[in-house]
Amino acid sequence: AASEKKLLEVKLGELPSWILMRDFTPSGIAGAFQRGYYRYYNKYVNVKKGSIAGLSMVLAAYVFLNYCRSYKELKHERLRKYH
Amino acid sequence: MNENLFTSFITPVILGLPLVTLIVLFPSLLFPTSNRLVNNRFVTLQQWMLQLVSKQMMSIHNSKGQTWTLMLMSLILFIGSTNLLGLLPHSFTPTTQLSMNLGMAIPLWAGAVITGFRNKTKASLAHFLPQGTPTPLIPMLVIIETISLFIQPMALAVRLTANITAGHLLIHLIGGATLALMSISTTTALITFTILILLTILEFAVAMIQAYVFTLLVSLYLHDNT
Repeated sequence: AASEKKLLEVKLGELPSWILMRDFTPSGIAGAFQRGYYRYYNKYVNVKKGSIAGLSMVLAAYVFLNYCRSYKELKHERLRKYH
Repeated sequence: MNENLFTSFITPVILGLPLVTLIVLFPSLLFPTSNRLVNNRFVTLQQWMLQLVSKQMMSIHNSKGQTWTLMLMSLILFIGSTNLLGLLPHSFTPTTQLSMNLGMAIPLWAGAVITGFRNKTKASLAHFLPQGTPTPLIPMLVIIETISLFIQPMALAVRLTANITAGHLLIHLIGGATLALMSISTTTALITFTILILLTILEFAVAMIQAYVFTLLVSLYLHDNT
């Protein structure tokens, strides 16, 4: 069956049914965010010799998301002859 | 140019949904909690810094005032981290909004003053008249002290807003000037760029200092009233 398989083991044809199998209840979504957070935290921050990379990747993602958010205003400031 | 300068201060709304809530909550992600005795470097650094700040700031209070430690420490962490995150490119700083700073200043100031009135009524009323004033001056001085008391929360909020907003505006303006000058005269652009570097260093300092000042003043108002 397509359910209960990890994403990389799902065949392309089974992908829509796999996505629909996921738990979209509020507690399911909260669980997904929690798992994602701890996956990142335990890999990059909660280690014996953590470096600045753990924090700076988060800040870089924050900058990138803010750039995407304000792209609509920023595109008027490009160096073009016609905007 | 006119519209561009202030667009970075508009509260972010995406498809009508308040994105600003997520942005206000984001700094909490950067302060992980841990119940262990020996933690990873990140958490250890934060705990060390927090201990340093709390010792320095709460040592002047008596035991009643020290119940406010959690409030004041989370306040300084929030304002400091929000201001510092606002220095990243394209980011939105919630503390530039007067509404938010008023929402922080008024309850904290009111809490300190009302605690003083409830627990030490005579002493807090006595604050309205400094010692040794000549008798004819008393009515005027009471009025002046009342005004200065009620202006405290306004000053707290406006000070923070104005400092952070002014800093961001200056960075925008000087950055734009550097960019425009590059095609005209490279030397002037280099001078302007140096100014920009110095300004950014100043803004880092201002970000942290403003957090400190806000918290210190609230703690002072508390000290007067406990």
